[in-house]
Amino acid sequence: MMPFTYSRAADAAAAVLQGGLPGAKYLGGGTNLVDLMREGIEQPRALVDVTALSSAIEDGEDGGLVIGAAASNTSVASDRRVRTRYPILSRAILAGASAQIRNMATVGGNILQRTRCTYFYDEAAACNKREPGTGCDAVGGFNRNHAILGTSPFCVATHPSDMCVALAALGATVQLRGASGERTIALTDLHRLPGDAPERDTVLKPGELINAVTLPPVAGRSTYRKVRDRASYAFALVSVAAVLDLDEDSTIRDVRLALGGVAHKPWRALKAEAVLRGGMPTQAAIRKAAEAELTDAVPLHDNGFKIELAKRTLVAVLTNLAGDVA
Amino acid sequence: MDFIINGAQVTANVDLRTSLLDLLREHVGLTGSKKGCNQGACGACTVLVDGTRINSCLALAVQYQGRFITTVEGLGEGGALHPLQRAFILHDGFQCGYCTPGQLCSAVGMAGEIERGVPSHVTADLDAETMHLDHDELRERMSGNLCRCGAHNGIVAAITEIFGKESA
Repeated sequence: MMPFTYSRAADAAAAVLQGGLPGAKYLGGGTNLVDLMREGIEQPRALVDVTALSSAIEDGEDGGLVIGAAASNTSVASDRRVRTRYPILSRAILAGASAQIRNMATVGGNILQRTRCTYFYDEAAACNKREPGTGCDAVGGFNRNHAILGTSPFCVATHPSDMCVALAALGATVQLRGASGERTIALTDLHRLPGDAPERDTVLKPGELINAVTLPPVAGRSTYRKVRDRASYAFALVSVAAVLDLDEDSTIRDVRLALGGVAHKPWRALKAEAVLRGGMPTQAAIRKAAEAELTDAVPLHDNGFKIELAKRTLVAVLTNLAGDVA
Repeated sequence: MDFIINGAQVTANVDLRTSLLDLLREHVGLTGSKKGCNQGACGACTVLVDGTRINSCLALAVQYQGRFITTVEGLGEGGALHPLQRAFILHDGFQCGYCTPGQLCSAVGMAGEIERGVPSHVTADLDAETMHLDHDELRERMSGNLCRCGAHNGIVAAITEIFGKESA
């Protein structure tokens, strides 16, 4: 591990001052960053500890919730309001990592964790995300876990977070703070598709910090389903976060869907939503929606199964949420 | 850097790159906590910080100054074994023993989570006020601790005896 300096920021203003310096990185629970530093993939010269920043979970003015970026994953998943009003978020967080890691990991750090692509981690492999311009060994390598949507010839890595898939479906926003002030953007606009610059995971400006995550109020039922190689403590092959709100006559008033394990970012399934909204949640409609979302999916050598798996998981989750109607 | 480890004030002058695990093992002489994978996958390094279980291998020591850290050496009181340690012996909850300190600390941390009503991936009713440690809950909640000997039956039996539904 390369040497670094360490400072603990007392508040967001102090954090941004220190985090804006060249070579600085924000440190939350460290569950991803410390590992990457040990592997030599991240080599920050300064760590700015932001765990003393807000970890509060507060009621928003509009009936939503505002979650401080330093809140631990466990505290969010356990919060009574989250469990009752946003079960999709509790379920997503609890589906990720182990209890020990969820106790350490912060909300901000979960959002900004890096891909677990094995070629990204292997310094002997070519990786445009780790070293721009060197190529991508995953494209022609063993790519069973890689992306099927929004890929580029430069990168086929996936974003590993479960929590972010729920946040994408919920239409959450992130409050950012940087040297030039504060701004709020949709979570789905935070992470990038790889394009020709996969080294940039997000649209964050240098030194910009995630301060809080805001959940809008949601109506209807919601859940999260994760498909993985073993029953616990594994990254998703495919996951689905879904919110379904039905009218009295069972037409779909609102539906919000997002997929995990399939793209460089949490993938909001807008095409599937468009097929469903305003109609009845029949099996035919649900299947049509799943087909629509995966129309543009491009399989690699080893991950073609993800296309069918994503469709089936979408159908299963929506059928379950629709209950007797479907 | 100052820490409170198993109830004792400890001061250590260590490099900023030192993990909490290396601090415990290499600088404080507490070699109970084990280094298995050193990347958060195996749980052998699990310790309690202010009663909460974490992977000490992924923790930079500098972040845990002033916190109450409990290792396997500090689980029992006054030199006696913790009841869970006795149960591990009774149920043969280990073979080589390398994962055992992490299993013990993790299970004690898990019991605290159950008591605080923290749900898990397999909790059917998220709205439930109280959590119960049945077989499925135990397996899910302990999934961050691997045992390559395959002593899981004894581990599960020991944890169930001390923290299981029957004793709640």
